[in-house]
Amino acid sequence: MAANGSPKPEPMAAKKASPDLLNSSFSFKSLKLKTKQQELLLRVSILGLVYVLAFIARLFSVLRYESMIHEFDPYFNYRTTLFLTEKGFYEFWNWFDSESWYPLGRIIGGTLYPGLMVTAALIYWTLRFLRFFVHIREVCVLTAPFFASNTTLVAYFFGKEIWDTGAGLVAAALIAICPGYISRSVAGSYDNEAVAIFALLLTFYLFVKAVKTGSLSWALGSAFGYFYMVSAWGGYVFIINLVPLYVLVLLITGRYSMRLYVAYNCMYILGMLLAMQIRFVGFQHVQSGEHMAAMGVFLLMQVFYFLDWVKHQLNDTKLFQTFLRITVTSAILVGGIALGVGTASGYISPWTGRFYSLLDPTYAKDHIPIIASVSEHQPTAWSSFMFDYHILLFLFPAGLYFCFKRLSDATIFIVMYGLTSLYFAGVMVRLILVATPAVCLISAIAVSATVKNLTSLLRTKQKVPQTGSAKGVGSSKSSSKVTLDQSQPFHKNGAIALLVGVFYLLSRYAIHCTWVTSEAYSSPSIVLAARGAHGNRIIFDDYREAYYWLRQNTPTDAKVMSWWDYGYQITAMGNRTVIVDNNTWNNTHIATVGRAMSSYEDEAYDIMRSLDVNYVLVVFGGVTGYSSDDINKFLWMVRIGGGVYPVIKEPDYLVNGEFRVDKGASPKMLNCLMYKLCYYRFGELVTEYGKPTGYDRARGVEIGNKDIKLEHLEEAYTTSNWIVRIYRVKPPTNRL
Amino acid sequence: MAARNWIFAVAVAVAVFLSLSTFSSAQDLQIVNAERRIDLSSHIVKAFLTLKVENIGKDPAADMLLAFPPTQIKNLAMVQALAVMGKKKKKTYLPLDVKPTEQPDAPNDAGYFLVSFATPLGPGETVTLEVLYILTHSLEPFPVEITQSESQLVYYHDSAVVLSPYHVKQQTTFFKTPSTRVESFTSVEPANRAGKEIKYGPYEDRAPYSYAPVIVHFENNSPFAVVEELVREIEISHWGSLQITENYRLTHGGARHKGVFSRVEYQSRRSITGSSSFNALLAVLPPRVNSVYYRDDIGNISTSHLRTGFKKSELEFEPRYPLFGGWRATFVIGYRVPLEDYLFEAPDGRRYLNFTFGCPLVETIVNKLTLKVVLPEGSKDPSAVLPFTVNQDLQVKYSYLDIVGRTVVVLQKDNVVPTHNVPFQVYYTFKPIYMLAEPLMLVSAFFFVFVTSLAYVHIDLNIVKK
Repeated sequence: MAANGSPKPEPMAAKKASPDLLNSSFSFKSLKLKTKQQELLLRVSILGLVYVLAFIARLFSVLRYESMIHEFDPYFNYRTTLFLTEKGFYEFWNWFDSESWYPLGRIIGGTLYPGLMVTAALIYWTLRFLRFFVHIREVCVLTAPFFASNTTLVAYFFGKEIWDTGAGLVAAALIAICPGYISRSVAGSYDNEAVAIFALLLTFYLFVKAVKTGSLSWALGSAFGYFYMVSAWGGYVFIINLVPLYVLVLLITGRYSMRLYVAYNCMYILGMLLAMQIRFVGFQHVQSGEHMAAMGVFLLMQVFYFLDWVKHQLNDTKLFQTFLRITVTSAILVGGIALGVGTASGYISPWTGRFYSLLDPTYAKDHIPIIASVSEHQPTAWSSFMFDYHILLFLFPAGLYFCFKRLSDATIFIVMYGLTSLYFAGVMVRLILVATPAVCLISAIAVSATVKNLTSLLRTKQKVPQTGSAKGVGSSKSSSKVTLDQSQPFHKNGAIALLVGVFYLLSRYAIHCTWVTSEAYSSPSIVLAARGAHGNRIIFDDYREAYYWLRQNTPTDAKVMSWWDYGYQITAMGNRTVIVDNNTWNNTHIATVGRAMSSYEDEAYDIMRSLDVNYVLVVFGGVTGYSSDDINKFLWMVRIGGGVYPVIKEPDYLVNGEFRVDKGASPKMLNCLMYKLCYYRFGELVTEYGKPTGYDRARGVEIGNKDIKLEHLEEAYTTSNWIVRIYRVKPPTNRL
Repeated sequence: MAARNWIFAVAVAVAVFLSLSTFSSAQDLQIVNAERRIDLSSHIVKAFLTLKVENIGKDPAADMLLAFPPTQIKNLAMVQALAVMGKKKKKTYLPLDVKPTEQPDAPNDAGYFLVSFATPLGPGETVTLEVLYILTHSLEPFPVEITQSESQLVYYHDSAVVLSPYHVKQQTTFFKTPSTRVESFTSVEPANRAGKEIKYGPYEDRAPYSYAPVIVHFENNSPFAVVEELVREIEISHWGSLQITENYRLTHGGARHKGVFSRVEYQSRRSITGSSSFNALLAVLPPRVNSVYYRDDIGNISTSHLRTGFKKSELEFEPRYPLFGGWRATFVIGYRVPLEDYLFEAPDGRRYLNFTFGCPLVETIVNKLTLKVVLPEGSKDPSAVLPFTVNQDLQVKYSYLDIVGRTVVVLQKDNVVPTHNVPFQVYYTFKPIYMLAEPLMLVSAFFFVFVTSLAYVHIDLNIVKK
């Protein structure tokens, strides 16, 4: 080949070169895209980037710590997913868990939303089928980021549906990094919300699409989206109330149409039937007060349709008016009686406490301490709105303005979604999550509309003088023409300045989001990290140390009593039976544990004996200065315990309404079980240089009772930084 | 009282063995001199036995027997024998073949090992043998349960005289204890103790199968790290690395911990409390090791340090909690080493892996070791070569992108001690073309995705023409 080619290299090259050139010029011509294609390419690549960005922004936690499950509830979800993948779906569905809520147990299959676990298991099985032998833990850790990425896609389509593709793209980008959403979807945060927000937005999108087109297939899609949402999260109640409310608003504003009728009826009926397949939800759709609004609106729809038909048939306004009056009154009467009878006979259950506390933020504090004790159920502070939304907080009203300016079925929906969810976000911290997609979408409309207006102003500037003058000549005085001409450069500069401003704001938003994600929302809260004196990173891995100790060095049937916060973690990581856990279904049982913790040792011993407790686990931050420990949670134990057992009285533990642990603390406080277990032999320890022994670093005081003797319990294990302390309950002494 | 009982027991045992001593298989050998040094300083008991053997028969002897009492035979992890050649200055050692054997008329279920001489021992000739045998689980904690502040005392049972099917003319036994604290030891005159050493003997002219049970009760606080089960998986990737995953189930095999564990005492009076506990372990890993991880079922364990060197790497790590007697810990250590250091091509075209057997942890006993060598997909005819006998098995494992699965050579051995850390080889045949299977699969998968999306864009699936 080379020998043949060498005698006459130049002509060969020349010959070859010319067709190549021709070809390349051809291909360039054919490669040159039309504007529409360019736009498509740009859109797809932006979406692709946003998709990837949404995923990798959530991996901070894996980089900073490790690929692990975070916090409390995710451990339960992980444990059940593990069970599902090992034993199969039927075993999972019929699972009676005797390892929690001893001695009651818990019917797992009937008391959980299986959507998340089934999703993760399906991903896992698919990957295994495709010969990717990943560990189920990795699947669980990455489920939330994966669904967050999918949410960005839905947000794009939703934005496109209510405004235009530009708004869709901006919405996708905003939601990809919005801290309000990231807070519950970082890698490892394997919780129901991880898939539920995706399901929520998908349902809404499909429903809006169904209303817009009046197509059965979209309504069907929306029903399935709703089914997925019901299977994944209790927040589905928001959908089943928002959608009827929206329909009602459309009816009132005279926007009733056949499209709406088809969309709502199909979505409601099919969605309801599908949702009944979830055991935990069951017949609530027809029996619970929270779901009655949807049914009422469904009946109202039928009445509306019937009236429409009658009106069409009668062709007589006067007769129709009478008919209308009779029908509406009787319909309302029948509905009211049905509801009244249903409620009175107990067929329709009243609203639950959680639902009440949403409508009345002070309700939980007065009536259900167990709901109020959870930090994520607290009313939201302004600062956390700012923290989670940043510039979206200002863009949101602007977006609302644009929505009202171009009112349609779709924009009405997003406005309603935004306003209601924002209200709920104000009531409970964790519901910021639900409001986030709406806030992002509405803000995206603001950004997109503003930028579009400004850029069109910039672009049309060359043509403006011509058209402007033409108009000026055609319409009115010369003075106006002059002012217009003068205002042009001002407009242009103003537009440029505004655009720069918008991009500055957006870039600040991006920086803020990255910072919040990396600093605030990526901590697994199982492993605690602190900065040492020399700026080095110190890791406190005490939780896992204690749980693993339990798992390895206690009898397999040991029962562990702890405050309910740690229940899921003990069963998942420690693999031991717990008395109470984070599924707070039995308030009395939790109150019993609260009572044991706040009683004297003798009384607590009787309670523990009656519950077959072998080990007691407490979390104590006095050595490390870790503030969310059991002493700081102690008042809630007293309140919850006192709520059921009046023997426990909160004032007994307070001194002048103040909670103290030092010498000035109340005698009951200084001798209750929780105090003793936390501070046992702590009085011998010097925690900080220059401070007396027994100096509690979490509360900054020297403890009041340094000489603690335990009679019925003994120290079984204390972790290296004293964060978790485990005590063994001694068997009763021989009475002989 | 106890001592008197023991003396009685010794007397009975000696009598029993003497009565059995008429038994003989190869009485034409005799042991001129036996010196035994038993090292009790860790929980792995190492015994060094120097035997001077003489052939007093008429025929050359090709081999000789080593006898062990039944209590020891089940704990015997390893027996090695060397023949000492040459005189004092120019000593050379020649490893001899040792294999377990059965004797039909063994007294009291004694176990035997057959040592084959390098050259048959002619009549009247003598040879010096160095025998090393290692016993596991032979230190019995007494008291069985101790509290945090107590130190650990153990019993060691053995015989003051070497159990042998041959006549032993002269012998001495030394026991080396880890500290000077010795609670008691059975006295078989002459026996005395000096510092960390207990000397039994010299004893003259003991008949075959003489036995004199002794018990040494002494302090031993060395870490009784026992790996109940170790599964090591070595996965060969012809793309350039060996991935090793080791699943440990570790326990503290000493006296059980009883009562409280007090952190305050453990952290402030470390020298006197929990002296028998251990909280750090050392694993000796190959040099050029990378991607090392140390984790357990619930996540990464952050307390470990790796020192890499040219000859070996050392991984120093701590379990999540200190291990007291009877406490357990399970964990996984994984690492990767470059392939070219361990995989070679044999002259016959086969490939072979040359890797170290045993457990990388220093001074640990492994009750059950399973070593799995995962060969690349498409490998054939695997065979393992080891210097000692192990159970061998073949399995199939599916890993990333496998279709037919990978052949796994499973080697299983009980009672493994650090002296088992010797190289072994696994031979197999492999065609390099198989290496392309997985990339091709990925390429074709992507190709398929693009083709379907192309087709989807170009095919009109509408029923009704628009």
